[in-house]
Amino acid sequence: MEIKYKKTNGLTDTPLSYCPGCTHGIVHKLVAEVLAELGVLGETIAIASVGCSVFSYKFFNVDAVQAAHGRACAVATGVKRNLPDRIVFTYQGDGDLASIGIAETIHAANRSENITVIFINNCIYGMTGGQMAPTSLIGQKTTTSQTGRKADVHGNPIHISEMFSQIEGVAYLERVSVYNPRQVRNAKKAIKKAFTYQMEKKGFTMIEVLSSCPVNWGMTPVDALKWIEEKMTPVFPLKVFKDKGEEANV
Amino acid sequence: MAKQLMKGNEAIARAAMLGGLDAFFGYPITPQNEVPEYLSRYMLEEGKVFVQSESEVAAINMVYGAAAAGFRAMTSSSSPGIALKQEGITYLCGSELPCVICSVMRGGPGLGSIQPSQGDYNQATRGGGNGDYHVIVFAPETIQETIDIMKEAFDIADYYRNPVMILVDGLIGQMMESVDLTKPVKKRFLPEKDFATTGTNHHSRRNVVNSLYLESAELEAHNLALKKKYDKVIINDTRYELINMEDPDYVIVAFGTMSRVCRSAIETLAEKKIRVGIIRPISLWPFPNRAFETIDAPHLKGILVVEMNLGQMLTDVIVANNGKYPIGFYGRAGGVVPDPSDVVNAIGHFKDLVVK
Ligand SMILES: Cc1ncc(C[n+]2csc(CCOP(=O)(O)OP(=O)(O)O)c2C)c(N)n1
Ligand code: SF4
Ligand SMILES: [Mg+2]
Repeated sequence: MEIKYKKTNGLTDTPLSYCPGCTHGIVHKLVAEVLAELGVLGETIAIASVGCSVFSYKFFNVDAVQAAHGRACAVATGVKRNLPDRIVFTYQGDGDLASIGIAETIHAANRSENITVIFINNCIYGMTGGQMAPTSLIGQKTTTSQTGRKADVHGNPIHISEMFSQIEGVAYLERVSVYNPRQVRNAKKAIKKAFTYQMEKKGFTMIEVLSSCPVNWGMTPVDALKWIEEKMTPVFPLKVFKDKGEEANV
Repeated sequence: MAKQLMKGNEAIARAAMLGGLDAFFGYPITPQNEVPEYLSRYMLEEGKVFVQSESEVAAINMVYGAAAAGFRAMTSSSSPGIALKQEGITYLCGSELPCVICSVMRGGPGLGSIQPSQGDYNQATRGGGNGDYHVIVFAPETIQETIDIMKEAFDIADYYRNPVMILVDGLIGQMMESVDLTKPVKKRFLPEKDFATTGTNHHSRRNVVNSLYLESAELEAHNLALKKKYDKVIINDTRYELINMEDPDYVIVAFGTMSRVCRSAIETLAEKKIRVGIIRPISLWPFPNRAFETIDAPHLKGILVVEMNLGQMLTDVIVANNGKYPIGFYGRAGGVVPDPSDVVNAIGHFKDLVVK
């Protein structure tokens, strides 16, 4: 019998702790597959953050360091500066990266730390039960913006990729999503490019992934995917923001 | 034995390099700036890691990453900066990562002053991080002693897999003394760093550095294991010096710069036929309780605690003394450094200084 499909060995056998229909799991699979395909699992150190993905150190089949909330890029800097030939990546939510950890992330990018950041933007604080995130959309109801986010009260959703596109040290930066199979394939391509650039020592790479949180959005998994496509992508357009490899070819 | 003149902060930096420092991360703050300035030059010259971080929070988390990868990492700061490092320190303790933290105290609270102070005794020994943890804290009194302890600090940190703090005040950081960098360090058998996250190709199992234990039984077991380790530190690495402790009339307890001032004071007092001994804690955590248990002084009138703060170590002395002798306190704050005559006067007025 021929095996047509099997779980990548980039993931351990520990069952994922994500809610049914949550796209954190898809992104895990993509990152794991890319690391396996690039043949670098044994050379990789993952930095887990604090959020629903806190247990990612159990899921990625690589060495891992669990970082304090928001500090993943500083921890990654500490690892990578000492082990410049290893692959180091962080996996962070929007609360972790865009709120409490924005300084650590911006400065890692500005120093062009040769690491890859996987940034899961789900417009919500998933783990703590659905509070407003800096990325929450205008009008979005969360447990701390119960009548909907208002610009004059809560500020506007923060555009991380747009901001980071201004940073000289960024080598590759793309916003992708996983709301349909075509987007999943594209997301994998982007993640692979980011890790390839890291292997080529091109500098800081980040992939922002628009991801779902059906539980805290109060939606079915299918509606949640539709919400990403219809509500999130107009605010957070999917595109390549920076590609130093391409610039060099021009 | 080659003696040379060195500034305290530069001596700290050089001694850290002699102790095997692989990676330094720090953010500027007075009065410790010469530490990163010196290292920024010499670490890079030797092909080692130096990063000026965006904040003290980032610096301690960079230390966390470097230590997780198995390297000898250090950060240095002063009072408000050490305050910011508290989160990282509890994570380092929780994940059992070794590192060295240098704290050069200035006046507080808040932005305080840049004058020397001992106002961070509680910050160092109690800490502001969450949970049951301890940092091993050494408070040297001379630049030479700072060098000797710093050279050994990474071994101690690696031996226990725990942060070690070198606590000095701005005076030690800023003054110059003649020092010998070549004194040999006590050797200890150090465990393999088999926890290091260097990639699974480089060791036999998958390594994870983590302080999260969601099951309470599991976390309690972790806490108990840490406790066992801390008990070992108390037995093996409590350090103190006893000065002039034969049949004293008074005993002074002082650490760091303050103990130097007290050394001069007791000479003056001896001329006045008042015999005063000194207990000088070198490790502040663990605190040298046993120095107090062994006091054998039939004529002892009391113990005077002298600090450049308003009574922080005092609490530990009260516990160690366990009600045996009257305790007095003399302290100055805000960057004022008492002089020997102040201490002589304090002994003269001991009765007025007794803590009720
Ligand atoms: C210092 C600190 N503050 C707050 C928390 C509580 N906390 C845990 S996860 C989280 C937010 C996570 O949201 P996000 O990063 O968006 O990840 P998600 O769960 O949405 O994937 C917060 C605030 C914490 N663990 N540490
Ligand atoms: S709370 Fe939301 S983000 Fe977290 S696992 Fe569940 S669905 Fe996913
Ligand atoms: Mg989120």
